[in-house]
Amino acid sequence: MKNDITRRDALALGASAAALAVTGASAQTASTIKAADVPAPKLAIEKGASLRMLRPVRFVQADEDVFRANAAKFSKETGVEVKVDFVGWEDINQQTAVTSNSGAGPDIIIGFSDAPHIYIDKLIELTDVADYIGKRYGGWLPLAQKYGKKNKSDAWIGLPFGATAGPLIYRKSILQSVGFDKVPEDHAGILDLCRKLQKAGKPAGFALGNAVGDGNGFANWALWSHNASLLDEEGNVIINSKETIAALNWVKELYPTFIAGTPSWNDVSNNRAYSSQEISLTANGVSLYFSLKNDPATRPIAEDSEHQLLPKGLAKISPMAGLTLNAMVFKHSQYPNAAKAFLQFMLEKDQYEPWLNANSGYWAQPLAAYAEAKVWNEDPKVKIFKDSMNSTYYNGYKGPISTATGAVNADYVLVQMCAAVATGASTPEAAAAEAEQRAKRYFRRQSR
Amino acid sequence: MSVTTLPSRGVAVRQPGWIARLLDYKPFLIVMCLAPAIGLLTVFLTYPLGLGVWLAFTDTTIGRRGIYIGLENFQYLWTDPLWWGAVFYSVFYTAIATFGKFALGFWLALLLNNHFPLKSLLRAIVLLPWIVPTVLSALAFWWIYDPQFSIISYLLVDVLGVRSTNIDFLGTPWSARFSLIVANIWRGIPFVAISLLAGLQTISPSLYEAAMLDGASAWQRFRYITFPMMMPILAIVMTFSIIFTFTDFQLVYAITRGGPVNSTHLLATLAFQRGIAGGELGEGAAIAVSMIPFLVFATLFSYFGLARRKWQQGEAND
Repeated sequence: MKNDITRRDALALGASAAALAVTGASAQTASTIKAADVPAPKLAIEKGASLRMLRPVRFVQADEDVFRANAAKFSKETGVEVKVDFVGWEDINQQTAVTSNSGAGPDIIIGFSDAPHIYIDKLIELTDVADYIGKRYGGWLPLAQKYGKKNKSDAWIGLPFGATAGPLIYRKSILQSVGFDKVPEDHAGILDLCRKLQKAGKPAGFALGNAVGDGNGFANWALWSHNASLLDEEGNVIINSKETIAALNWVKELYPTFIAGTPSWNDVSNNRAYSSQEISLTANGVSLYFSLKNDPATRPIAEDSEHQLLPKGLAKISPMAGLTLNAMVFKHSQYPNAAKAFLQFMLEKDQYEPWLNANSGYWAQPLAAYAEAKVWNEDPKVKIFKDSMNSTYYNGYKGPISTATGAVNADYVLVQMCAAVATGASTPEAAAAEAEQRAKRYFRRQSR
Repeated sequence: MSVTTLPSRGVAVRQPGWIARLLDYKPFLIVMCLAPAIGLLTVFLTYPLGLGVWLAFTDTTIGRRGIYIGLENFQYLWTDPLWWGAVFYSVFYTAIATFGKFALGFWLALLLNNHFPLKSLLRAIVLLPWIVPTVLSALAFWWIYDPQFSIISYLLVDVLGVRSTNIDFLGTPWSARFSLIVANIWRGIPFVAISLLAGLQTISPSLYEAAMLDGASAWQRFRYITFPMMMPILAIVMTFSIIFTFTDFQLVYAITRGGPVNSTHLLATLAFQRGIAGGELGEGAAIAVSMIPFLVFATLFSYFGLARRKWQQGEAND
């Protein structure tokens, strides 16, 4: 990187330098985060402890720099050496599986969303740390509670570090040109808007292909906004319902207004189509906005873009589930107290606030008090992501999270149900029945 | 010289040491020489294959040890339309792609067998699609087939103006299936062409000379000399080609991931999707095991169907 600094790197370097300055000085500078005075759990750090951890790679360089600086600070204060490895997003699940099955390897892994629920037998409880941190920082947000706590229990098995959601992003000027200020909150309105956008030659586009993030995001939104869901509270598969049929019928009407080719879209396709001004409306994480903003050639597109929470439809709140960073400590760790102390340390405001700010909005906090962090006042278009974890929707809504909910997501069961109906390959009834059959297969041993 | 030969003679008369005797002992030698090969095969072939077959009879998932469940996985697959879809497409993909590769590859080999300037250079260049890592060529094809940014669509719509909309290569089942087959043919031609070229060069020119003296036409020379002489190598190359194509994974996974709506899943990609992404290792293994009968059949077919010549089995030709 020293020899070939790209535009993005240059920006990241600048940001990281600033962030490092913040970390160094954070003890002195006034923080806006309120911390309640709560006694911390007594964690006797084991003698000669050292920790190894894995976490997913950064979005921005500053993330890694601040994270490493925080870890170094922990080592300095406690004498516990912490080795942090950054792992590609695609690999983290497999590495977690190997770690868990072999009972060797890193002490701590920050995985995604439901990971602690899958490896629950191999993890230690983190309830004392979670309770302390929750009380100290205004409470855990709903999504954090859902992913962090054991199903139907107050025992914590994961410590969420942040989430990134995929709201709508649209071109303000194009929506205005067809008579809309923002995307309507009701299904008929959305359909109307999309039809007009298509007539204007700047259609909407949502991934209907095998795209883990965007495809599932759209399918879940279509279902949840119709009050359909994969599971009921008890974990029974209820996907084959009249609400699902209604959602699929709506998708069927909506699909012809999309740009051609969405059934073959993967996770980057909508970013490219939006960046090249082929589409005017899609759903994506904040990364799309940043990549537009950071490139002088596409900055005008960024300036003309607005984010909006996914429309509610029939739901009470915007049905959006953020991808969550979720830290877990393995039973095989020789130094569980050191591991817990480390995670607690990283979530304290002296460390967490600079890290959150360094991420410029890519990750949103799991704790209410961090909503006051200055990152959320920097760019009004990013502010919307502040509430990413203030959502009661999650993958597998509204049943208990399990291996099977993750598998249904990864096997695109719901995306393919929507795509099959949209493209006319099946009727809504047949598609819902097939999805039910496939989902039941994955859930067949959850009752055991 | 004479100084050294005398003592060495003395050694030869003396009883050899136990190491030398051991090394002269035939059964021991056989075991010694075979051990590395058997060890390698056991560790890297028998064990993984055996484990895969065993997993197919369990309900193992990622993160959880499974128990033996007999044929349950296979029974489920039998009723699973996605598995049948993958079987259909695997067979279709293999049949069409192999045919395409052989027709074009054989033709290319015949062309390359002629004398022309820069012959060696061109033969080397032909190998390029085969040398390039599959994932890279898959990514290139992924761009070529992109619904918004395809170079083909760009040429047809913006440059030539013969179409008004982009071609949706991967958005509908059949066009996606054929797009993948074209990519596979492109990638597979060099292997076929170069292997067949090697075969062509083993045919003795005297056969052609004799035929020409008898007044055989170019077609007759091909039909009655080239083709029969090529049969053994054709059989081998086709066996390999069928196996490679049937077990293809990278092209499909990188370009469509089995989409749109599972219409382009091969058994290999479906096995990966269920076993690794979906976490159902047992079921994924069962899908992989279900490829074995097809592969055995394809191998037997091309081997016995094409290579059934008495002289190939060491007997005289009729």
